Amino acid sequence: MSIGNFKERYQSDEAIWRTPASRVWFGVLLLALAAFPFIGNSYHLFIACLIGINVISATGINILTGYTGLISLGHAAFMGVGAYSVAYLSNHLGLPFYVCLPLGGLLAAAVGLVVGIPSLRIKGLYLALATIAAQFILGFVFNEWESVTGGGRGVSLAPAEIAGLKLSTEFELYYLIVAIMIPMLLFARNLFRTRIGRAFIAVRDRDISAEVMGINLLHYKLMSFALSSFYAGVAGGLMAYFFKVVTPEQFSFGLSIFFLAAVVVGGMGTILGGIVGAIFMTLVPEVLDAIIHAFGPGAIALLSPAREIVFGLLIVGFLIFEPRGLAEIWRRIKRAYELWPFRN
Amino acid sequence: MGKILEIENLSLAFGGVHALDEVSLAVEEGSITAVIGPNGAGKTSLFNSVSGFYKPQAGRIVFEGSDITRLKPPRRAALGLARTFQNIALFQGMTVLDNIKLGRHVHMKTGLLAAGFYLGPAQREEMALRAEIERDIIDFLEIDHIRNLPVAVLPYGLRKRVELARALAMRPKLLLLDEPVAGMNREETEDMARFVLDIQQERGATILLVEHDMDVVMDICDHVAVLNFGRVIAAGPPDAVRENPAVIEAYLGVEAAHTGEAASPRHGGPG
Ligand SMILES: Nc1ncnc2c1ncn2[C@@H]1O[C@H](COP(=O)(O)OP(=O)(O)OP(=O)(O)O)[C@@H](O)[C@H]1O
Ligand SMILES: [Mg+2]
Repeated sequence: MSIGNFKERYQSDEAIWRTPASRVWFGVLLLALAAFPFIGNSYHLFIACLIGINVISATGINILTGYTGLISLGHAAFMGVGAYSVAYLSNHLGLPFYVCLPLGGLLAAAVGLVVGIPSLRIKGLYLALATIAAQFILGFVFNEWESVTGGGRGVSLAPAEIAGLKLSTEFELYYLIVAIMIPMLLFARNLFRTRIGRAFIAVRDRDISAEVMGINLLHYKLMSFALSSFYAGVAGGLMAYFFKVVTPEQFSFGLSIFFLAAVVVGGMGTILGGIVGAIFMTLVPEVLDAIIHAFGPGAIALLSPAREIVFGLLIVGFLIFEPRGLAEIWRRIKRAYELWPFRN
Repeated sequence: MGKILEIENLSLAFGGVHALDEVSLAVEEGSITAVIGPNGAGKTSLFNSVSGFYKPQAGRIVFEGSDITRLKPPRRAALGLARTFQNIALFQGMTVLDNIKLGRHVHMKTGLLAAGFYLGPAQREEMALRAEIERDIIDFLEIDHIRNLPVAVLPYGLRKRVELARALAMRPKLLLLDEPVAGMNREETEDMARFVLDIQQERGATILLVEHDMDVVMDICDHVAVLNFGRVIAAGPPDAVRENPAVIEAYLGVEAAHTGEAASPRHGGPG
């Protein structure tokens, strides 16, 4: 038990960092994130960049599926819209990345808005099917609209550049990605301290009585789709700058499932859930790979297929033993140590 | 005082079932009015029509002089129509506090960007709401010990109270309570009756309630309307309605079949 449960003043539980300890930990985390590139090698940085991009995207689908209760299986396609938009805006209009990225996000949001229209009428599996349709239609557009997307070969783009400084190595891109990821996470976190976030959750929990409570369902379902797609679009745009090439295969149906799995494993409807889910889904295959390689070259051919199976089993295992996601495990640990190091 | 709500010839059918059949009813501003009647009489259907949940096939609903029959539910909420549900409809994934805060949604202004950046006005709006809820709702309904709990862990009686709290946060001019004391013990029932009276007297809200507990109805209501098979069969002051032969007959007809006990309506289940 911590004194946090006996707060006299309610102001403190409206704050984003509810205890001095959490503020300190956030500072420590920021320092660690800033120091990481000096410690890790380029492979570590490569993975860290991917994780950052995936955290942004997973947070997006978490807003839609975890918080608003609208299942999406087309999330990767919205990332694709962001990525191709960024490539086009950069290649054809010569816009700098800090204009391209938000525009890519906004274009993805616009597409997400349109895809979200059926959500007023259909729910659950039917909505999931509608989003799959969007995934395949957009995939078709990525493949066929050659003048913009370069068709199957894709398009390449020049590195992001700020004040004459090119951001092209993993080291440089890492900072770009983290600098975008953190504000986007805070934005999402803030949202759920206000009426907008509460409206999303109300739509998820009981949409019909939410309406009687004064929530305009169409408004909030579409807002959730647009916002979720904005996150996807920015993540896709970052992917474009990261890989310096955009191809249709990058934004496959499989990637949509990857993100849905990330929020389910991490914990739907918590910001932390999107973060740990994205970390888990990105990191575990890499770790399993490293383990297989440790057995020597002979084992690789033999064990590689096992990697997929173990990965799948791990996901299923977490779902069985902690259906509320990895974030819940973390919360339980945290509760035990809530005010450390300020506990007295 | 005038009429805050006028229901005129409202009819609502589900297939062959006439849930409401030419129902007319007026609610005096500032009153506590009860709608009673046997199970399946159409009481909840009436509430659902007033809050915009059901779309009646005929008739008019006039709230504060303007016709709201075709208005969407959120617009009705904005006008000051709030309600609780017979089968509690709280948001299970939220804490007690967030459920209550949600009630204020329609009267708040913060937009998406202000919310995400948690700018000054957004922050002030949220803090003012919190302060007001603490002062006028949480203390009043004596739920300060549960404010940070998820509603899913609460016992039935407290959930009913939280639902009332959420409805109060909507700043109701007219508060619809669907069986506010159903399933409660004596003490909880007395608390709830006291809250309802306080809400009417101190906040000037008009209250329309459905209730099977006749003691509560007789104690706190100024006016009673009786529904049977979707029709209003009697209306007037509680004492007069109790003596009305048509009412006794309606209840006898139902009760004789179930318990053989006269003029003591059965409790509606929470369904
Ligand atoms: N959504 C619906 N679909 C079909 N029939 C309905 C629906 N809602 C209500 N009914 C029917 O309308 C009639 C009136 O139901 P209602 O729930 O309004 O009764 P009630 O007076 O609230 O009863 P109780 O005291 O049991 O709560 C019943 O015959 C019921 O079966
Ligand atoms: Mg009913």
